[in-house]
Amino acid sequence: MSDTFFSSAPHWTWFIIPYFFIGGLAGGAYFLAAILEWFGRPDDRPVVRTGYDVAAVGAIVSGLLLTVDLGQPLRFWHMLFQSDNLPAIIFKPWSPISFGAWAILLFGLFSVLSALGARAEEGRLKNPALRAVGTAVQGRALAKVVAAVGGLFGFFVAGYTGVLLSVTNRPIWADSPWLGALFVASGASTGAATLILLAPGRGATARSLAWLSDFDFKALIVELLILVLFIASLWPIRQVWVSFWGVLLLVGVVGAGIVAPLRLHAHPARAARWVLFGGFLLRVTTLLASEGIEHYRVALGL
Amino acid sequence: MGQALGFFTDTTICIGCKACEVACKNWNQLPAENGGVREMSGDSYDNTQKLDGIHWRHVKFIEQFDGPYNGRWLMMSDVCKHCVQAGCLEVCPTGAIIRTQFDTVVIQSDVCNGCRACIAACPFGVIDMNPVAGTAQKCTLCHDRLEVGLEPACAKACPTDSIQFGPIDELRERAQKRLTQLHAMGEKRAQLYGDDPKGPLGGLNSFYLLVDEPEKYGLPRNPQLPSRNLKKAGAFSAASAAVLGLLAVVGLRKRRMDDMSGGSAN
Repeated sequence: MSDTFFSSAPHWTWFIIPYFFIGGLAGGAYFLAAILEWFGRPDDRPVVRTGYDVAAVGAIVSGLLLTVDLGQPLRFWHMLFQSDNLPAIIFKPWSPISFGAWAILLFGLFSVLSALGARAEEGRLKNPALRAVGTAVQGRALAKVVAAVGGLFGFFVAGYTGVLLSVTNRPIWADSPWLGALFVASGASTGAATLILLAPGRGATARSLAWLSDFDFKALIVELLILVLFIASLWPIRQVWVSFWGVLLLVGVVGAGIVAPLRLHAHPARAARWVLFGGFLLRVTTLLASEGIEHYRVALGL
Repeated sequence: MGQALGFFTDTTICIGCKACEVACKNWNQLPAENGGVREMSGDSYDNTQKLDGIHWRHVKFIEQFDGPYNGRWLMMSDVCKHCVQAGCLEVCPTGAIIRTQFDTVVIQSDVCNGCRACIAACPFGVIDMNPVAGTAQKCTLCHDRLEVGLEPACAKACPTDSIQFGPIDELRERAQKRLTQLHAMGEKRAQLYGDDPKGPLGGLNSFYLLVDEPEKYGLPRNPQLPSRNLKKAGAFSAASAAVLGLLAVVGLRKRRMDDMSGGSAN
């Protein structure tokens, strides 16, 4: 038996699961927007603007979900500042939940800046102060710098959640080092899927959407490969998959979330919906499969 | 830091009276659950079942029977191990978990924000949420009593001295003598768990004398710090991000080349 089976479940469930999913797709969407900001063409701008908007909304929703999930929500700032020694910050580079709190804050800052730039680009900012900020980061060298830094934070937010799970003593999570990589790939695929669904409403061209669809196809293949490595790395505790969660992983995550959209490659919008469904189920499965072992352990009186 | 203090629990003389549980609940004013109505486990004298945010002591009843008249109970009063290298302290993002002057590990409830990272980090399943406080809680080794020179409530209440409190060095010597005595009496299964400062987690400031394998008591054989996975998991994530970034850029380059070849064809 793995030594991880003697730990207790942290009850990270119905606020954390959507956070992992939304944070992942927001990070992935921003990363793709940043790539297009640097290397895209003018007709890719609708996708760039959509990516920034998705990231900004996703980062804000992520922050809210994280805060609501706390046992003491009004103390959320204790993760950022030393509560008895203000304004000294608290930052533990060896603790993913510590550097993750800073990453989500900074990702939120950069994604909101970029989203303001996108709105200024479309002439949709009425407030003079916001318009000044938006104009400053729009269509200039500064926009590229913001996109580059924000893009790194985006992928960081998408992946750190998996690293956070691995840096525990819980079964499944701490038994494999592949969860972070898996969540990065899933963040990229769900981010691309979100843009495929939303960017046409902002005037995205067929050419941009074809690139997104092509990238999503490749990201799904990377995700599938990492998922195989993840499952293989859990061979010593393979009995955990002889459960409902094993079926959900196989049918929901692999079948509906990866294989089905790969086969639907010629229909990007339909494929994208399955990608989002599978990305959500990936978080559900990885979190609840480990949480469920707690009940099993208690039932055995261990 | 002052002298390291802790517990040595000799499970061979635990009689399962649960006085330690009661004393702990009483001194630390821990709330009842379920409106004070105890839910029975139904198949054991162990109705507490696990350590959590409102049960900082838990007397385990491990029933080893292969017939009605052939078997034994292993009883063990479980508690926070006050690890020398503590996983909970390592991951806590708020600084709520501290190492005290007694080399114990304490959660400051007024700093904790209930993120629950420590619960998943503890290899022993010691910590959980206190639903009244909304924070993670566990044994403090009666920090308030130590500060005024009193021993922890559980050790004070233990009628058989199964729970012994004192300076860790003295407790280790006492434990070694007891181990030697048991081996001389023929109890070859006797072993110490967590007494070795060169062992897992730098040793446990709450260590045990067991008469079966650690797993039988619900204890991990080789408890580890959660950060053992950090470098590898971080490297794999970065590699994954690099591959995906490369795929995205290569895709754009291919699109540009296709445009150019299409343009030259026209």
